[in-house]
Amino acid sequence: MSSIPVIREEGYKWGFYDPVEAVYKAKPGLSHEIIDIISDIKGEPQWMREFRHRALDIFWQKRNPPWGSPELEKIDFDSIHYYVRAADRDATSWDDVPEYIRRTFDRLGIPEAEQKYLAGVGAQYDSEVVYHNIRKDLEAKGVIFLGMDQGLKEHEELVREYFGTVVPPADNKYAALNSAVWSGGSFIYVPPGVKVEIPLQAYFRINSEAMGQFERTLIIADEGSQVHYVEGCTAPIYSRDSLHAAVVEIIVKRGARVRYTTIQNWSNNVYNLVTKRAVAYGEAVMEWVDGNLGSKLTMKYPSVFLMEPGAHGEILSLAFAGAGQHQDAGGKIIHAAPYTTSTIVSKSLSKDGGRTSYRGLLKVYEDCHHVKAKVRCDALLLDETSRSDTYPTMEIDAPDVHIEHEAYVSKVSEDQLFYLQSRGLTEDAAAKMIVNGFVEPIVKELPMEYAVELNRLIELQMDGALG
Amino acid sequence: MTPLLEIRDLHAGVEGKEILRGISLTINPGEIHAIMGPNGSGKSTLANVLMGNPSYQVTAGDIFLAGQRINDLSPDERARLGLFLAFQYPVPVPGVTLVNFLRQAVNAVRGEEVPVREFRELLFEKMDLLKMDRDFARRYLNDGFSGGEKKRAEMLQMAVLQPKMAVLDETDSGLDIDALRTVAEGVNRIMNPEMGLLLITHYQRLLNYIRPHFVHVLIDGRIVKSGGPELAEELEARGYEGLEAELAASGS
Repeated sequence: MSSIPVIREEGYKWGFYDPVEAVYKAKPGLSHEIIDIISDIKGEPQWMREFRHRALDIFWQKRNPPWGSPELEKIDFDSIHYYVRAADRDATSWDDVPEYIRRTFDRLGIPEAEQKYLAGVGAQYDSEVVYHNIRKDLEAKGVIFLGMDQGLKEHEELVREYFGTVVPPADNKYAALNSAVWSGGSFIYVPPGVKVEIPLQAYFRINSEAMGQFERTLIIADEGSQVHYVEGCTAPIYSRDSLHAAVVEIIVKRGARVRYTTIQNWSNNVYNLVTKRAVAYGEAVMEWVDGNLGSKLTMKYPSVFLMEPGAHGEILSLAFAGAGQHQDAGGKIIHAAPYTTSTIVSKSLSKDGGRTSYRGLLKVYEDCHHVKAKVRCDALLLDETSRSDTYPTMEIDAPDVHIEHEAYVSKVSEDQLFYLQSRGLTEDAAAKMIVNGFVEPIVKELPMEYAVELNRLIELQMDGALG
Repeated sequence: MTPLLEIRDLHAGVEGKEILRGISLTINPGEIHAIMGPNGSGKSTLANVLMGNPSYQVTAGDIFLAGQRINDLSPDERARLGLFLAFQYPVPVPGVTLVNFLRQAVNAVRGEEVPVREFRELLFEKMDLLKMDRDFARRYLNDGFSGGEKKRAEMLQMAVLQPKMAVLDETDSGLDIDALRTVAEGVNRIMNPEMGLLLITHYQRLLNYIRPHFVHVLIDGRIVKSGGPELAEELEARGYEGLEAELAASGS
């Protein structure tokens, strides 16, 4: 049986769904009972079950952030399916993945990409990771790349040491929700000195209607190691909304380097509320490259805590909001040690009444001297009806620091359009060229295949896609 | 012979204010014309109106490009018919390299995908012709260019796009004498017997390097006098005010 398209919206080509009954689908709504069911199915250790129950109580106590979008109040937590299991195991060969799921990932081009330019792939379908694999040479060097559930089974002590330490359940309402009902995500460990030169990729797919996907990712880069992790995500277009509330925790040890790249392309009925945070120790480098094109509402501010001298944090954030979309994105850098450096570059595009917000925090603690930090936010409005806001917060409690901050909002100018049109480009082609130039500083940081993909997504969005 | 550019009794302006008040001009293949005029005479308006800048409105008259009326065509349609405007103030487009921009522009005006190799050969040939460093093509379009670099980049675009009819709007402004000479030499190399050229300028100095066949004086939105290259020299000697005084005295 093949996937069939539903409500085809112009331009969003990932809106198809698989009309298949899940192996197990929890009743909608949240309860301690649901948590026991999830924990039972997964066969988890007692400490994780308790962690989940505590987190659920925290979730119930927490309110939405007062500065968040009023849209948050529209989320109906009682109508969401918190756990949908489509396949009964996590395969290491595509041949062992149920055929209809494999077809979905084929259509998304994942197995092909794996062959061509990836060191490892994880694929999550609704609540569970259905496939993961890593190149044998990396496995032989001790690199671990598993689904989070598998990681917990095979490396319980390592998981227990770090799980919930970077993003505790009480951090915010959606981190608490994730901690209670998390399922899937990636677990990565890179041993000291091992450099994974080509990217590992995870692909997240929501298939069911009105479901919540709560993947949980933990990356530990041991001393002097290096890894680049890439995630992509899509979903079908349904009339009822879905919720994606992930938590990502990254530990970058002394001298290690981690880059985490996201190309988020959820359909326009997905609330995307994600907490991503990294801690970087001495001489370590943490880089977030965060591209947000899809979703109804995204609230996501990847963070880096610079814990020891010489640590460097970098956040490149790209957001594109079309009709009916609000991208509330940005980044946070916390300088918790002297001689630390950071850069935040944010680029946002708004079109057809879409709204982008840059929300950022730059904090320098007392005694953290010789800090260098740079924040630059550029917003481009493609028409009169679109909107962009900037909410930068700076808390600088140390003297002897060097901080630069620049913010610009611009419109695609008539002068630019006329100039490019006078060289034969149509108005559409001219606008696309201006937009491509605007995002170039971020796109050029991506591996070629992703740069091509991102440019393609931006062009689709420019063509009036609602996706 | 069909003229490359024919302007008939053109009236145009911006925001309801009439600036061009009846201009007629015919340019044949192989001809170089210069329009000279003081500030505020309508020189830049003419350049913008010819290229179809939507901020300007044509209220009467016609513009023909190689026999086709182009009044109602968009700027890109005019470009594809072989019209080119070298801007007085080229606009920066950050993040877009000159080479990528030119490749798309060439494909657009030719209406077909030019093979990468052929395009590179064309680009390098023209860069050599204009004595430009090849690294220059990797820079972002007009972004952080000096005045001279901007004008040379405009000439490179003209050389690569190979228009039938080119309008150069104040190409000499902001150039020192060496840069002016380099740019002018470039124009002379690009010019050919099938092509028409319209130079729009305030000063005569550009015309020392690019010799026009015809010179027209634009004052207050009208061409008040036309002649050969000697008219430019006369203007240089007497100034626009001298000419206006003479015209007033003769009652024309």
